[in-house]
Amino acid sequence: MEKSLKKYFLFFVGPTLLAFLIAFVIPFIAGIVLSFARFTTMTDISWVGFSNYVRAFSNSDFLNALKFSASFTIVSVIFINVIAFALALLLTRGIRGTNVFRTMIFMPNLIGGIVLGYIWQFIINGFLSVFGVTITVDAKYGFWGLVILSNWQFIGYMMIIFIAGIQNVPQEILEAATIDGAGPIMTLRKIIVPLVMPSITITLFMTVANSFKMFDQNLALTAGAPGKETTMVALDIYNTFYSRVGWEGVGQAKALMFFLVVVVITLVQLSITRRKEIVN
Amino acid sequence: MSGIQQQKKPLNAGGIVLILLLCVISLLFITPILLVFLNSFKGKLYVINTPFAFPNAETFTGINNYVSGITATGFPSAFGWSLFITVFSVGIIVLFSAMTAWYITRCTSLFCKVLYFAFVFAMIVPFQMVMFPLTKVANLLHLDNPLGILVLYLGFGAAQSVFLFSGFVKSVPIAVEEAAVIDGCNPITAFFAVIFPMLSPIAITVAILNAMWIWNDFLLPNLIIGSEYRTIPVAVQYLRGGYGSIDWGYMMAMIVLAVIPIIIFYFVCQKHIIQGVTAGSVKG
Repeated sequence: MEKSLKKYFLFFVGPTLLAFLIAFVIPFIAGIVLSFARFTTMTDISWVGFSNYVRAFSNSDFLNALKFSASFTIVSVIFINVIAFALALLLTRGIRGTNVFRTMIFMPNLIGGIVLGYIWQFIINGFLSVFGVTITVDAKYGFWGLVILSNWQFIGYMMIIFIAGIQNVPQEILEAATIDGAGPIMTLRKIIVPLVMPSITITLFMTVANSFKMFDQNLALTAGAPGKETTMVALDIYNTFYSRVGWEGVGQAKALMFFLVVVVITLVQLSITRRKEIVN
Repeated sequence: MSGIQQQKKPLNAGGIVLILLLCVISLLFITPILLVFLNSFKGKLYVINTPFAFPNAETFTGINNYVSGITATGFPSAFGWSLFITVFSVGIIVLFSAMTAWYITRCTSLFCKVLYFAFVFAMIVPFQMVMFPLTKVANLLHLDNPLGILVLYLGFGAAQSVFLFSGFVKSVPIAVEEAAVIDGCNPITAFFAVIFPMLSPIAITVAILNAMWIWNDFLLPNLIIGSEYRTIPVAVQYLRGGYGSIDWGYMMAMIVLAVIPIIIFYFVCQKHIIQGVTAGSVKG
């Protein structure tokens, strides 16, 4: 089979490979090259070495965005995973109406980031109007607004993943633990959490990546206001490209650094949590 | 499969408290959507001033927000483009990713292995890394239209989809394919008659994950085909006028219209969505 397969490479792989080259491989390589160049279109490229990288740090926008993204990611990842895990524990106890609760809690995840951003801008401004302020008055409103939004969006998704993990914990082990006199907290710490570790790896990976790369929600909820104080990295890069002529190369340099940061964070996170997984 | 979920609890006092608690929590998740729905029937000033009140005789504007909002945003055309792009992108992603995944899983050449890792790598790369060069490449190749964007969605969607399909292909016994070949199939007929039907559980997962992503995607359609062929997320974003001013009456109505199709989709294939989320995450 393998030999006759060779003739069919173009048929099976060709279309996907072509689209992958156009959408990803070529832009990715061009992106690396362009981060070392000054350009506004693709015909006026001039080599500038590392000057784009220097300019990326010449004002504080990029560093502030990195800090804002990092603190947002830490806070929202903790909240999302803890709440999702608690809900998953509750919703695997055979309580009546479990399916209805799961359905409702998952629902926000279906709504796109732009629409979510405007829904929460409307609600948060509604609350804040009691105090005569809006979400763009102070960066802390935007920060917590984004945390609430991301919790609302992702808890249901992560809950589903946790539920799948918890349901795979063998009943016999839990019964044995009860017979041996383990209380609920002991069972949770010594049995459920270790056995659900693969799910925790996945949810941490997804929440870290989603939070750190967040764009649509940021654009719709605050658009970075007040000033640029609630601008996350993805939005800062977008603004560097599309609202400052002559800064395209700087935008690309920022994008490359963003890419490296994301790769490092995800690799570190995966290696830490993978180590805690039990090999069955 | 003797999971925890099979313990059926008798309904005691503690159980009732838990159910009430879960009712409150679930309501918290639904309330924002309900609030938007209620406010979509209010005049725009009342949306801002009394967001948490029921519409009354003074604030109720009937379906005015919908009628004017639909005209202002060109909603029917946005809906049409969103539907067109989502349906066809998902169609070609499922078809071509399945073909590719099967081929590179069954083929042991170095190139196939490299290609597999390239797809996995692409899943980690943030979109901003390719955003700008991609818009230029798309312009150059005349892909900056609703047909061209299908190619781009295939290129991006292929990464995760090939990954999911190839995980599944590994569990399909190779003997089935060999039997098909002995019965006179070539790889193409074997794939479509025998293999592809066997992949249908994961094909549904792939279709749903991609449909949710593409329907809600803002940045790619905005950058590539932007103002000329607005999709729903792009049309909603364009409601933010110059200087950040927003007509909240239109906004409420448009959000309701944007959310209704997704909620219908959810209730129609809820079982598959939940399964898809779980299956799609197993090997993140």
